[in-house]
Amino acid sequence: MARKGKTLSGIWKAGEEHLQVAAQVGRPIFFSRVQAGFPSPADDYVEGRLDLNAHLVRHPAATFFVRVAGDSMINAGIRPDDILVVDRSLDAADRRVVIAVIDGELTVKRLRMQNGRISLMAENPDYPDIEIQPSMAFEIWGVVTHVIHAF
Amino acid sequence: MTVFAIVDCNNFYVSCERVFNPALNGKPVIVLSNNDGCAVARSNEVKKLGIGMGSPVFKQKDTIEKHGIHVFSSNYALYGDMSRRVVQVLSEFSQDLEVYSIDESFLDISRVRPDRRTAFGRTLMATVKKFTGIPVSVGMARTKTLSKIAVRLAKKSAKADGVLDLTDPRHHDRALELTPVDDVWGVGWRYAKFLKVYGIANARQLRDADRTFIRKKMGVNGTRLIDELKGVSCYPLDRNPSQKKNITVSRSFGHAVTNLDGLREAVTSYAARGAEKLRREKLTAGLVTVFIMTDRFKPESFYYNTKTLRLAAPTSNSPEIIGAALAGLAEILRPDSLYKKAGIYLTELGPASMVQTVLFDPVDRERSARLMASLDAINTAMGKNTLTYASAGLSPSRPWHGMFNHRSPAWTTRWDQLPRVK
Repeated sequence: MARKGKTLSGIWKAGEEHLQVAAQVGRPIFFSRVQAGFPSPADDYVEGRLDLNAHLVRHPAATFFVRVAGDSMINAGIRPDDILVVDRSLDAADRRVVIAVIDGELTVKRLRMQNGRISLMAENPDYPDIEIQPSMAFEIWGVVTHVIHAF
Repeated sequence: MTVFAIVDCNNFYVSCERVFNPALNGKPVIVLSNNDGCAVARSNEVKKLGIGMGSPVFKQKDTIEKHGIHVFSSNYALYGDMSRRVVQVLSEFSQDLEVYSIDESFLDISRVRPDRRTAFGRTLMATVKKFTGIPVSVGMARTKTLSKIAVRLAKKSAKADGVLDLTDPRHHDRALELTPVDDVWGVGWRYAKFLKVYGIANARQLRDADRTFIRKKMGVNGTRLIDELKGVSCYPLDRNPSQKKNITVSRSFGHAVTNLDGLREAVTSYAARGAEKLRREKLTAGLVTVFIMTDRFKPESFYYNTKTLRLAAPTSNSPEIIGAALAGLAEILRPDSLYKKAGIYLTELGPASMVQTVLFDPVDRERSARLMASLDAINTAMGKNTLTYASAGLSPSRPWHGMFNHRSPAWTTRWDQLPRVK
């Protein structure tokens, strides 16, 4: 992870990752500025705020965000316009939700690997499963680790 | 002895486009320079069609249409972000790393066991591809110049398949013979032309050329080149690339600019961008130079002039730098000319922490530093040019803006432009 900015001027030092900027705005340095009198009893317990960026992004160099454009994964809790956190450094395994490339298009589906066959399953009965044929241009683009949904 | 590896991203700009637009895989793709002038990156499919690097795109219109070549404007937000990711992955393989350009890095891999080098190169290549989607090639040798030769051959040779270890001198003669002198690192086209006149056409002939002759014609850099080709390292890994000597922001205009206002707007925005770069590098500038230029293809009316102004104190403050640039512009501006290009240089750069305060400084430095920090934070968070100076112009269509008619989205740096998945 990049360094943590502490003040507003620290924000641009922290780099250009926007999520980082968003996560770090307003990180406090002093809770009490009082020179005399009683300091805040909480000052000794400051631990810093929770960093959502660190929680969601394990491998910054390999992590990308994509936006969901359909309802094919609705029953997996992935809804239209949600943002997916995609980690390319992870190995795709059976039953993981992945971003795949089929015939030049990016798609989000659940990966199934059984008996030497690979298929991509939608989480919506309206969509057929796609069994990967040797003739298809197919590639795993990355593994989905989180979904960010705004209510 | 040191062993260098150079990691070179294959057709980098094209590869960046392909990561987010996989339909482009296997298709001919070119990326154009600023103003969509000429090809600055070509996919292998395009190279085979004979479209050269830097060839003006208007001359290739027929070829582009005939072969259905996909054409993109430069998308530096994307390329910069992808370059940073590649470097981040590489730094996990070797802490001794020099970022040489947007798509090339040198690594010190002396610690890797000799019999493991090729495997190391393969792992590195596979990891960068998996993590970032960018294909790279790796060349390894005892000098930087030889590693560049190795990586060039690694791309061309099917047997090497992207990784070539050229540390063993027994392979040098053949590798150097296969390298035209134009493709040797540090030999510009002028020297290449001259060397060929003297019968030196490939890297082996250069290595074995008469030292005194090369010294006389090319100076000390020429003899260093010979040494590097012999396996004697003259250029160590630059672990702390020396701080920038100057910052340049300049553009060719999409359409010629005639009026004073248009030019002032352009120069303001370049000066603001320059100041922003200074602050990002924690530097200050002592001098501001502004230049303007008319169309160089119209020699009868050609006009070029520059003006350099010294700042009251070294600074990275936008208003001060914009002020100096505009004052300079007013002195050199000739009305009734059709300007095609303008720009600013910032020189006498120094670290921001070293600035001596001037007695009776008219600027409240601390306050202006806070203002600049807020400005940069907002532009980082909300997108470039969210906050700009009014003298940079407010109308959305500015003729001095570059033309980027085929630019792909900022896939990795803007929330509103993320790739969409079905």
